[in-house]
Formats: sequence, structure tokens, C-alpha cells
Amino acid sequence: MDAILFFVFAALAVGCAVSLVLQSHPIASALSLIGVMGSLGVLYLLLGGEFIAMAQLIVYAGAIMVLFIFVIMLLNAGAEPPGPKAKYLKFIGAPLLIVLMGLIGYFVQTQMGATEVVKFGSKSDFGSPASVGMSLFTQYLLPFEVTSVLILIAILGAIVLARKEID
Amino acid sequence: MDFLILSLIKLAVVMGVFMTTLAYLQWIERKVIAHIQLRVGPNRVGPHGLLQPLADVIKLITKEGLVPSHVNLVFYCLAPIIAVFFALIAISVIPFGGEFTVPFTDIHTSMQLTDLNIGLLLILGLSGMGVYGVALAGWASNNKYALIGGLRSSAQMISYELPMALALVAPLLLVNTLSLREIVNAQDGFYFGVLPKWSIFALPFPQVVSFILFLIAAFAETNRVPFDLPEAENELVAGFHTEYASMQFASFFMAEYANMVTVCSVATLLFLGGWHPVIPDMLGGNYVASLLHLGAGAICLYHGLLQPARKWDKYTLPVFGVIFILIGLVFLIPIVQTILMPVFWFCAKVLFLLFIFIWIRGTLPRFRYDQLMRFAWLFMFPVALVNLLVTALMVALF
Repeated sequence: MDAILFFVFAALAVGCAVSLVLQSHPIASALSLIGVMGSLGVLYLLLGGEFIAMAQLIVYAGAIMVLFIFVIMLLNAGAEPPGPKAKYLKFIGAPLLIVLMGLIGYFVQTQMGATEVVKFGSKSDFGSPASVGMSLFTQYLLPFEVTSVLILIAILGAIVLARKEID
Repeated sequence: MDFLILSLIKLAVVMGVFMTTLAYLQWIERKVIAHIQLRVGPNRVGPHGLLQPLADVIKLITKEGLVPSHVNLVFYCLAPIIAVFFALIAISVIPFGGEFTVPFTDIHTSMQLTDLNIGLLLILGLSGMGVYGVALAGWASNNKYALIGGLRSSAQMISYELPMALALVAPLLLVNTLSLREIVNAQDGFYFGVLPKWSIFALPFPQVVSFILFLIAAFAETNRVPFDLPEAENELVAGFHTEYASMQFASFFMAEYANMVTVCSVATLLFLGGWHPVIPDMLGGNYVASLLHLGAGAICLYHGLLQPARKWDKYTLPVFGVIFILIGLVFLIPIVQTILMPVFWFCAKVLFLLFIFIWIRGTLPRFRYDQLMRFAWLFMFPVALVNLLVTALMVALF
């Protein structure tokens, strides 16, 4: 049952990702991205990471993508016509992408194949909200705080950039 | 296999009751609003308009589903499906009562479809996904009123989701779990034998503020008056569902009512102690359901038989009276009492909150849009944050 669900949702995620690139209309692309996020959430759930799955659903599929759709609707962006070089790029792009993915996969496997997996909690309460919170505030405190500072800087940068436009 | 059959039976019961509730909620709303405004309300179809929901359903199903020529067809058809799907699915994690053994068998089960460790997060996630239905409907209709309605609704839902989530976190600090069943179990018992230990009364910090914040945010999340700007009739025709007809329109309607039931259930589970009784069993809490039904039956019989105000009351009211008295007598049987009293308390609390929703719709005017946004960001959000900080401090200290 797990294997069937995994293949169904993995296929859905890949299909949505391909559709995200191929769609010419921004709303259709954004909806495909929601499909990718949702399928990834289900994959996390299959791995036992309940909290991560729900965070994926709430934060990415819910909050962030709503903002995307909101902006697209507000700007009333229409379908994008394919550019002048689209014909050639289509034929060169796909093989290049496959080569790139292969190279990345190869290097990750050879360089970091033996690295230990990040674990939240013991086997019995793996991925539960309590164990994720405990790990974030003890073992992974430094990366967690550094990430929040990074996000804060990004927010400040966005405000500064937006202000310049208004002035 | 047992699990599958049991789940299917539970699913059938829950869906049947839920769908009937959604249909009759509209009747209740129209009746209550009518009486607030000194009108009679629907009274043509069936006695006291009781068959009105049935007539509405038949009308909406048999109506022609018009698709305007200028819409984006795929998203236009997808939007109501998204809205109703995410609204209905949330009921699957809500517990209606405690665990019980089915009479005459040894099957032990709980009054809930599934008990998840992360039930509350799932409901938050689903309510976030529900926005897409409204936003897409507004955009795909290719109509400026619908678009403005969709935009308003998405902006409003994003803004009010923050204070709602913050208001939800505070009671979670008291109960220390995310499973809805355990949240309710943590609120069991009474202080001094009378005051229930619900989160709204619980020590070390009663969650009255976050309960009120949650209710206000819930009004905004479900697009109800005074936050019904997405469908403001006098400015936007009908907002995001202007271009929809027949069952597609009905799906949006159903989604709105289902969302109302969901947020009221969440408020009941988190703040009002779920299925735990209002009156302790020691003081006769088990007999409240019987007494209420017997009393309602007696009033119906009195007005039907002795003082009929209208011609038909002579025939309709005694029938209702007998039905109420029978229900009241059924609630006196001990085995029924132990199984159904929790469900009765849960439904009573949810219906009370739903009544508040309707009551406020009959009382308050609509906000202006800038007022709505200012209220969310400059009042609700800081108050929710401070409330959360104080709660965390109190929980850490005591």
C-alpha cells in the first residue's frame, strides 16, 4: 500500500512539475506548483514526518502560493507567448537538463553518500511535533536561528526595495 | 476488514448527518434572521417551512447549469469543486464524542472518523487550501465584480489566518498536544464541582481573550457578516460567485456552511471542552437532554391542542410534540444516555456557536475594507501576540 501511494504521488509531483514549466499561463503554472507542494506533503507523510508534511501543506501550498496567485490575479497577467528562440531551446534544453540532474545526483551520491541522515526524535516518536520542536531548539538551534536572521534580512531588503519605488 | 466496514458505517452516518445539517442550517439561518427582523421567514413548503431545504435542493439540482461564454472554462469548473472538497473533508478529523462499545457486540470504537496526531494542523491546512476555490472562481469568471470579490477574499483570508493561528496556539500551550481527541480529554473535570475545566476557564491563564479573537477571525475566514466583503451585495452583485448557477453555486454555498460548522467545532473542541458536559453528572447533567426534549414536547402539545394560534397548528404541533417527547424518553434509557450524551453536549455547543454566527449576521452592519484590514493588522495581531506571550509566561511559571 505504501509503495503504491508513493509511486502515485511521486508521479503526480513529477507530472505537476513538468506542467509547471510547460504551461504558458501563470495561473496554470502556479496551480501546478501547488500540486507539486501537495504531493511532496503526502510523500513526507508516507515517510512518517507528520509535522513536516502539515507544515509543507500550510506554509507552502497554503500561505505562500496564495500570495503568488494573489499577485498574478492583481497584475492580471495573461498567457505568455513563446519567445523567438523557443523552438531551438526546447530541443537543447531537455537533454541539458537531464545531464545536469544526472551530474548532481552522481556528485551527491559519491561525495555525501555516507553522510548521516538528519533525524528528528527517536524511532517511536519520529517526526512528531514534539520531537521536531525539541531537535530544532537543542541540536539544530544554530542553523535554525541563522535561518530566521536570514529571513529577517530578506524582509528588510524587500521593504527597502519597495520604498525606493514609492519615493 | 472489520476496520474497513466500521469506517464505512461511521462515514455513512457522519456524512448523512453532516449533509442534513448543512441543508437545515440554511433554514435555521433564514428563520432566525426573519424573527430578528420581525418577519415570518420561509413558511410555504411544509409546516413552518420545514421542507424548504428539500425544495431548494431539488430546485438547484434541476436548474440548468449555465456557463458564460467569456470564462476560463477549466478553472471555472475546477473552482467550486476545490471549495467544496476542502470544506467537507475537514469533518473527518473532528471527534464528536468519547470512546464507546457498540451495544450487543464487543466492538470498541470512538466517535470520530480518524484520530490524527496532527488533527488541528490538518484543519488549518485545509482551511488555507479552501482559499483557492474562492480566488480561482473570482479570477476565472472574467468579470470585474467577481475578480474584486476573489481578490478581497484572498487578502482577507491571508490576513485573518495569522491572528487565528496565534489565538489557537495559546490554548494548545495549556493542553500540550495537537491531537483533537487528547485536547478534549485534557479539559475533563470541574473546579469546585461546578466550573468546568475548559480552556476558556482553565488555570493558570483562562483563554477568554483568545476565544474571542478566534471567533472574530473565524467570522472573517468564513466570509460572514460583518466581514462578508467578498460578496458585498450592494457593491459587488454577489462577489466571487456572480457568474455561477445551479449546483456550482450550491457548492459554494455548501462550502461556506461546512466551513462554519468546522470552525464552530474547532472552537468547541479547543475552548469549550468538546463533548464534556456543561453540568456535572452529580447535579443531573445526564438528564438535560431528556428534560429539554420533554419540555419542548409539552409546549408543542399545549399550543397545538389547547391554544392553536393558526388553523394548521391543531394538526402539525401535536405531531412535533409527540416526536420531541419520544426523543426525550429515548434519552432516559441508561445505555443510550452513556453513548449519546457526549454527542448531545458537543452538538449543543456547536449549535450555540452557530446561533451566535447567525445572531451577529442579523445585528451588525458590514465593515469598510480599510477598516477590515486595519482591524486585522493593528488590533487583532498585536493582541493575539501579547495573549500568547502572557499564556506562555504563565504556563512556564506555574
